[in-house]
Amino acid sequence: MALKLPIFMDSQSTTPVDPRVLEAMIPYFTEKFGHPASRNHPFGWEAEGAVDKAREQVARLLGARDPKEIVFTSGGTESINLAMKGAAEMYREKGNHVVTTVIDQRATLDVSKRLERQGFEVTYVPVGHDGLVDPDEIRKALTPKTILISVMFANNEIGTIQLIAEIGKLAKEKGIVFHTDATQAAGKVPVDVEGMGIDLLSATAHLMYGPKGVGCLYVRRKNPRVRIAPMIDGGGHERGMRSGTVPVPLCVGFGRAAEICREGMAGESTRLAGLRDRLQDLILSKVDEAYLNGHAERRLSHNLNISFAYVEGESVLMGLNKDVALSSGSACTSATLEPSYVISALGVDAELAHSSIRFGLHRFTTEEEVDFVGKRTIEVVHRLREMSPLYEMAKEGVDLKSLHWKAE
Amino acid sequence: MAYSDKVIDHYSNPRNVGSFTKDTPGVGTGLVGAPECGDVMKLQIKVNIETGVIEDAKFKTFGCGSAIASSSLATEWLKGRTIDDAAKIKNTDIVSELKLPPVKIHCSVLAEDAIKAALLDYREKWAKAEAPVGQGAS
Repeated sequence: MALKLPIFMDSQSTTPVDPRVLEAMIPYFTEKFGHPASRNHPFGWEAEGAVDKAREQVARLLGARDPKEIVFTSGGTESINLAMKGAAEMYREKGNHVVTTVIDQRATLDVSKRLERQGFEVTYVPVGHDGLVDPDEIRKALTPKTILISVMFANNEIGTIQLIAEIGKLAKEKGIVFHTDATQAAGKVPVDVEGMGIDLLSATAHLMYGPKGVGCLYVRRKNPRVRIAPMIDGGGHERGMRSGTVPVPLCVGFGRAAEICREGMAGESTRLAGLRDRLQDLILSKVDEAYLNGHAERRLSHNLNISFAYVEGESVLMGLNKDVALSSGSACTSATLEPSYVISALGVDAELAHSSIRFGLHRFTTEEEVDFVGKRTIEVVHRLREMSPLYEMAKEGVDLKSLHWKAE
Repeated sequence: MAYSDKVIDHYSNPRNVGSFTKDTPGVGTGLVGAPECGDVMKLQIKVNIETGVIEDAKFKTFGCGSAIASSSLATEWLKGRTIDDAAKIKNTDIVSELKLPPVKIHCSVLAEDAIKAALLDYREKWAKAEAPVGQGAS
């Protein structure tokens, strides 16, 4: 079968809606359009029933004891904002210290900065060279004033999966609220809020083959009961934690997406890990001085992040972008002109952060696509190295670190 | 971000990629940028010492597509110019030719720096005899 181009391999940014998800959603736009808070007629009852079912499907995926613990939001960013700001406001009397990590996603870090401006203190725990947070480092960061620990479940760039259950245990032991940003992990790896001691969890539908515009915050109701202050005032929907008309079709899609992910998780993750390893082996066997970023084992099965020494990431993407959609940690692909803070936090040379390429496989990725992307990537990297002064100097035996570079 | 057709053309078919041996008579080398900043350009000119005309130019660049295009364009413009004329190439000329967006202007600045560095290197190595600079000036 001929390959259909361009190939999408940027599944950490978003995923296509699964046709089964779309099918479940469609009736809720035109026929079953009721408002779930309309208590007095069948249109409302029908909508409420659909949202309840979705809540249950999402709760099952996350291992929540009670569907009421799922609060629907507009997506991951909103959930993270609600979790962190909501907990900070609610427990402010108790303390003003928050612990997170240097590789958590932008939403978490930006909320942290806002909390700092509001008088909170935030500790950003470092990570090891594999992107793993040592739970002992978190323990050391805790003070009697710590009210919240927020650690991402799995990283969006390198895919490293954190020791969430250990951090959950620590939080419980100290009586501190534990939030995890599971936007990249939920639906991909087993998540169990009960077994892992998670109090608050953020997830989003569009990273698990559901629609954009809907996500959830899991809020623990028992052992202990966790409370958060709402960010949006209004009709008191979602048990008062998130006012605003619940987007029924989106919730239905989220629920169905969660159900499909849960049912197929083991098989899908094995298949994607196989394809990912195939891509990794192909590239690393053909390109010298290409380095895997992140943890070799504890990582999302669809994620592959490689730094190609001596070539700049955006130039690699430019060579591929007619055929393949990928992402890079290069400064030139970010709005800030800084290279990836995640790759930089691993302690690798800054040059390698500029040289990182992220591959994101997904449910519909085929072996042919993997082979094509691997082959094209290798060609482009080789071509760019031929025009790289750094590669030439390295081949001549010049120690690049010994040179005095005049930075701009 | 969409690239201009000229950037894509220079990226896909870069002109004058390569190197001259540094100690060849008439060769001036400029190496600018820094790996940790994500941009390094090596730009070389080969000058006819008698006439002061740049007979050939080559580059190698570590950087984004716009950095590659800027240096590729620079080598095209350098060929056939005298060294005095070469010094007149400005980064703004590169920006308008390649239609670089604001975030890529630093690529053109780096290309201008590379030209200047190559000219300086040439003057220091090969043009000392004819240049009055440093001779009895004080």
